[in-house]
Amino acid sequence: MSELKPMSDQTPASPERRRFVGGAAAAAGLAIAPGVMLHQVAHGRPEEQAASSAVRWGMLVDATKCAAGCDDCVTACSTENGWTPVAESKHPKQAPQWIRKLELQDPLTQVETNLPMLCQHCAEPPCVDVCPTGASFKRADGIVLVNRHTCIGCRYCMMACPYKARSLVHEPLNDTQKPDVPRGIGCVESCTLCVQKIDRGDGNTACAEACTAAGHNALLFGDMNDPESEISKRLRELPTKQVRADLNLNLGVRYHGI
Amino acid sequence: MASITFREVEGSSLKYWLLFGGLGLFVLFGALAWNTMHHYGHVVTGMDNQIVWGLPHVFAVFLIVAASGALNVASIASVFNKPMYKPLAPLSAILSLALMLGGLLVLVLDLGRSDRLIVAMTHFNFKSMFTWNVFLYSGFFGLVGIYLWTMLDRTVKSYSKAAGTAAFIWRLILTTGTGSLFGFLIARELYGTAMLAPMFIIMSFAYGLAIYLMVLAAAYAWTGRTLGDAVMMRLKGLLVVFVAAVLYFVVVHHMTNLYFAKFHGVEAFILRDGGIFTTLFWVGQIVIGCVAPLVILLSGLGKQRTWIMVACGLVIAGGMAQMYVTIIGAQAYPLDMFPGLIENSSFYDGVVNSYTPSMPELFLGLGGVAIALLVTTFAIKVLRLLPASLDDATVAKLEH
Repeated sequence: MSELKPMSDQTPASPERRRFVGGAAAAAGLAIAPGVMLHQVAHGRPEEQAASSAVRWGMLVDATKCAAGCDDCVTACSTENGWTPVAESKHPKQAPQWIRKLELQDPLTQVETNLPMLCQHCAEPPCVDVCPTGASFKRADGIVLVNRHTCIGCRYCMMACPYKARSLVHEPLNDTQKPDVPRGIGCVESCTLCVQKIDRGDGNTACAEACTAAGHNALLFGDMNDPESEISKRLRELPTKQVRADLNLNLGVRYHGI
Repeated sequence: MASITFREVEGSSLKYWLLFGGLGLFVLFGALAWNTMHHYGHVVTGMDNQIVWGLPHVFAVFLIVAASGALNVASIASVFNKPMYKPLAPLSAILSLALMLGGLLVLVLDLGRSDRLIVAMTHFNFKSMFTWNVFLYSGFFGLVGIYLWTMLDRTVKSYSKAAGTAAFIWRLILTTGTGSLFGFLIARELYGTAMLAPMFIIMSFAYGLAIYLMVLAAAYAWTGRTLGDAVMMRLKGLLVVFVAAVLYFVVVHHMTNLYFAKFHGVEAFILRDGGIFTTLFWVGQIVIGCVAPLVILLSGLGKQRTWIMVACGLVIAGGMAQMYVTIIGAQAYPLDMFPGLIENSSFYDGVVNSYTPSMPELFLGLGGVAIALLVTTFAIKVLRLLPASLDDATVAKLEH
């Protein structure tokens, strides 16, 4: 029976060692905790965890850096989300466009401005207000989405959107569909701020990644609620505008240089 | 008060079945049109991401608005106690139900996912005017149905006034809801005004009555029953008031907009530069829909029944033109995201959007009209909705 004596009897007591292990664990815990929290933000969230209103995803568009003739953001969006580029569509007027390049010209000064136009992810989205079934909805983290399963294709949201951000899928979809981007004929769709990438923890949208890769850096995506985020810092530095600010919709996309 | 004998239409003649068959054919065409749109998607229509509501909405909203207006004759009888209108009430109720059915069918069959109608019936967002309309439409069927029952069944006749009043109030709210479908839209300049609700109500009075008059005259002419001038002249007078009121609302709406610089662009588009929309506004909505009928009805021509029918036809045609301008014209004018700047994009920003309706859209819309008339045609055969005679002597007795 002597072999089965408790460990404490065999091992000499060592208070220093215990304190050391405890202290190290606490220090490690303290060191890891913010990391774990950051990890949750940066590396997505578990499926069972709801989106948090502590975060408000948004985008800053610096129109002064947006290059004329460049549509890398549009191509990247189409590739990431699986919608056919309008140039390849047989029905360009009916083809969905989640993001588009807009060229603006002042008739007086001839000054030209380039910018991408996409769903503005309003805090007070008119599309959500008018949707009869609640298929149009705003997630807690500010992303405005369409539930593919309850959209009946009434297009009332398209009538209500001041930014023409939404498209109806007019024809059967080809096999360019992506497994994590549900789409379907007869339903309305629009920019999701690459919600699949955000939830995966990529921390950026396809359009912003493409703009950075092209060296323009006109698009900056991030959490507008976090004062330390890059987007919040830039929003504090640069004068920005909301498109149709008169409507007071509190947009998630802000423009500099318009 | 003299009693009136209501009698079913025999409906066994070749003419009746030809009418029935003809309407049925258009219902069939409508079904085929829906099937095409459902199978291939909205790509087979003239609608796109710029003009998102097209010809089917023009038909649907017109029919729904006219439906509530068609109930007017019944309302005058029961709510406002005008005995002369009492014999006209059952047809008024059935016609309003039939038009509502036709309009709603067009509306729901034009959905991108018309197979998901059950979703619209089970998922509600009460901030949406569309959701409110789902309840308003359902309630309309219920209340007008009960009202019709109180008119047809002597055992519940005492509830007729209560049911009629409820239906009357409901139809006012319903058309407020229909007008507010557009009134509650912030994005487009021609919408976003409370003006649309009362304007739609007065339009419903005019369109509904014009349809009612034509159906009434056709039913009596084709069945060989007597329809006296007393009824026709009274209803004609009512139509004059309604059409004039429509004109008044349209003028006030556009005059108000013209006072605001921000609306100058869209007003210039509708009133002067909009091509087909300008033509439809001036020629269709104003001249054909309002001025010409008023001239006919107020002049000596208005004493002849044929000309009254012409005036009714013009009011209906003008009403369709009005819906086209209101629904499609407002979408054709580009959204003004950057006021004062010229916009250019692959998504047709900053340009006037063109729209050419396709055959499926036209036949879906006509299918809705056909189903409304088919239901009415069938209802007067199986129910005692029409007085055996509406000659002047019979009608005169009612008022004493």
